[in-house]
Amino acid sequence: MTMLPVSRLLPAALLAVVSTACTSATGSARSAAGVASAVPTPPGIPSLAHTPADVHFMSGMIHHHAQAVLMAGWAPTHGASAELQRLAERIAVAQRDEIALMQTWLRDKGEPVPEAKPGPMKMTMNGMAHEMLMPGMLSDLQLQLLDRARGAEFDRLFLTFMIQHHQGAITMVETLFGSQGAAQDEVVFRFASDVVADQTTEIDRMEKMLAARSDPASSK
Amino acid sequence: MTTPRLHRRPPILLSRAARATVLALVAAACARSAALVSPVPNMSPTPPTPDPRVGLKAGLHDAAEAAWKLRLVSNTPSPQEFAGVTNSDLAFTGPYAIQGNYNGFMVWDISTPRKPSLKKSYLCPASQSDVSIYKHLLFVSGEGLSGRLDCGAQGVRDTVSHDRLRGIRIFDATDIANPKYIANVQTCRGSHTHTVVSDPKDPDNVYIYVSGSAGVRSPNELPGCSALAPGEDPNSALFRIEVIRVPLAHPEQAKIVSSPRIFNDLTAPPRHAEVMDSATRARMANRPPRPGANMRNAGPTQCHDITVYPAIGLAGGACGGYGLLLDISNAANPVRIGAVADSNFSFWHSATFSNDGSKILFTDEWGGGSAPRCRSTDKMEWGADAIFTLVNRQMTFKSYYKMPAAQTSQENCVAHNGSLIPIPGREVMVQGWYQGGISIFDWTDPSKPYEIAYHDRGPVDATKLVSGGSWSVYWYNGYIVSSEIARGLDIFELVPSAHISQNEIDAARTVRFDQLNAQEQPKLVWPASFALARAYLDQLERNNGLAADRIAAARSDLAHAEKLSGAARSEALGALSTRLHGEARSAGDAPRAHTLASAVGDLGKALR
Repeated sequence: MTMLPVSRLLPAALLAVVSTACTSATGSARSAAGVASAVPTPPGIPSLAHTPADVHFMSGMIHHHAQAVLMAGWAPTHGASAELQRLAERIAVAQRDEIALMQTWLRDKGEPVPEAKPGPMKMTMNGMAHEMLMPGMLSDLQLQLLDRARGAEFDRLFLTFMIQHHQGAITMVETLFGSQGAAQDEVVFRFASDVVADQTTEIDRMEKMLAARSDPASSK
Repeated sequence: MTTPRLHRRPPILLSRAARATVLALVAAACARSAALVSPVPNMSPTPPTPDPRVGLKAGLHDAAEAAWKLRLVSNTPSPQEFAGVTNSDLAFTGPYAIQGNYNGFMVWDISTPRKPSLKKSYLCPASQSDVSIYKHLLFVSGEGLSGRLDCGAQGVRDTVSHDRLRGIRIFDATDIANPKYIANVQTCRGSHTHTVVSDPKDPDNVYIYVSGSAGVRSPNELPGCSALAPGEDPNSALFRIEVIRVPLAHPEQAKIVSSPRIFNDLTAPPRHAEVMDSATRARMANRPPRPGANMRNAGPTQCHDITVYPAIGLAGGACGGYGLLLDISNAANPVRIGAVADSNFSFWHSATFSNDGSKILFTDEWGGGSAPRCRSTDKMEWGADAIFTLVNRQMTFKSYYKMPAAQTSQENCVAHNGSLIPIPGREVMVQGWYQGGISIFDWTDPSKPYEIAYHDRGPVDATKLVSGGSWSVYWYNGYIVSSEIARGLDIFELVPSAHISQNEIDAARTVRFDQLNAQEQPKLVWPASFALARAYLDQLERNNGLAADRIAAARSDLAHAEKLSGAARSEALGALSTRLHGEARSAGDAPRAHTLASAVGDLGKALR
């Protein structure tokens, strides 16, 4: 498929470029699970600065989540089964809330706040405008396939694509945790860990749902 | 579609006749105390409407509050070096509450609940600093990437570093004012939470079950850690929990003694509330393994939290998409004996047993505690508690419970930590819902849980979601102690109501612990007392379980016996016990009436 493997693109060069654009990497208030802005930094405790990798993760995940919300929103109108509609609704609610959390964090850090649009993330690399799809995101073709599907076929495609999408989110967390100095900020660490815990659990559930639907005996 | 049983309003428990009696008694009691206490207490069994928790003004330390039958005794903000940093779980020893914080932990002297005093603040950053105490040893969890072995606050910026601590820190707290950091046990995935497990057959050691689903460390940082699937590497750190053994005489020798693979062969249990036609279910049951299915192990790779109940040899594990039942009769080697799943549950978070072990309650921390999951648009069965009966080690779903007041988008809210309140003869639990506040509910009837008291504040911030609220709230020796993420330490006491009588509160206060870690659930045992007998009488009156004239006679005889002393008192109580056993045979609630009779008998014997 056409998704770009961000984990291979991201390191070194990209980070170096992004870091020059990031002016607030130091000196931000000590942040812990989001309470930071309410209370000044206590004396004697150094702040743990966020890094470009944190910003890249939180920004990229907004686009990533926005696509999941878009896909989940189709379930009621595309003849999805009741079981799948329930799953889709849960994904939509969860990821919409998480988009708000990421936007709040970026705003608090004085970073650019992307709109919740499901497309590629716009970046500048070596002075060139550049667009990249986060790992696991559906290509335009995949999105069209899903949008055209109805009923049992929609269920099957949705599960297949959402598993791919969730696995991409886990890849993004692995990339984050593998980046120098990243996820020292507690909001980022906790959110990224929650993404892994929640989406691993959901992948397990979706694989079971998909298995129930891909049985030859169940096909029409 | 299955219709879940949800309970936004408590049922009216009293029959009309009983209510009239109670109201008459209350009126009499109130008349007596009116000179001392005004206004007249509201003993209505129905909660105030509209719910005063809706629409509270925001503020960090000046938010508006709403409470029903729960009184805030004190709120003590965190000391300066911990202010603004997340407060986490609680453990208790003697007159002290130990409160975890992402910057370390605090020791509070709560012997004067109106005015807790800070005994020690220990700076040693780690998320999420889950705390437990066993005898003189204090254990603290570290999971995040920034925790340091040397307790430094500068974080760890290298992706592989020998300065990093992820696992369990061990302190000698013999002198609670000066805990000494004596050892660490590093684990491959760190410790999100942990559970102290004492084994009565093994008094020289204490065990710790380590839970946490964060990423696996590099083997270059901690030798032996492997993130490969168990099929590729039998030493995989995935799909297992860690058990640490701590020799009490030599805690520095603490080490991992087993890594039980409690998830092995975990097949999908029947999922409550699953929308699945019978043909699909039959196909699922007879399915041959999918090609390649063994490439990726299914199911959870870790637990979020485990509550052990050594008195019955069982543990409830909240693990990914499952609630597990574990046999812990061999503490070092827990074995899975049951599993449940639920379509309405997202992420199984923690467990609480009923005192008799016949029920288990699991919580769903949907959204990890950072999300506002109690808005009017959020379903009552999502991010809630699920209550199961536990009969012959089989768990059967009965109902959901969720704190019923709609919260704003600025308040993180979902089911979180709590404990039983030792009210005899009932299952009453106090639970934190983050910024949804504290909810106390009765789940004696597992199909009909209902709220009986609460406390809530407005959001920390009116304009955006700033994390706050009750991380955990536990009953400890007569008081309800809550760790408020953003606002410090809260201490509450119960106010008598139509749902909880003063006698029931007094009986609950007779249950005393030397130490408490809520995740190692203690068996509640009530010493003989007049309050205990009267608590049962109040319950029989409330549920019409015994004829009103028999209750009145028993109350009168109890009052008479209390005025006697020595052998005369024993004799009077013995006679009353015999009579009550006789009356119990024809009582509407015979088991409870017999329990009352036995409690009176025990009281008589205790005085002999």
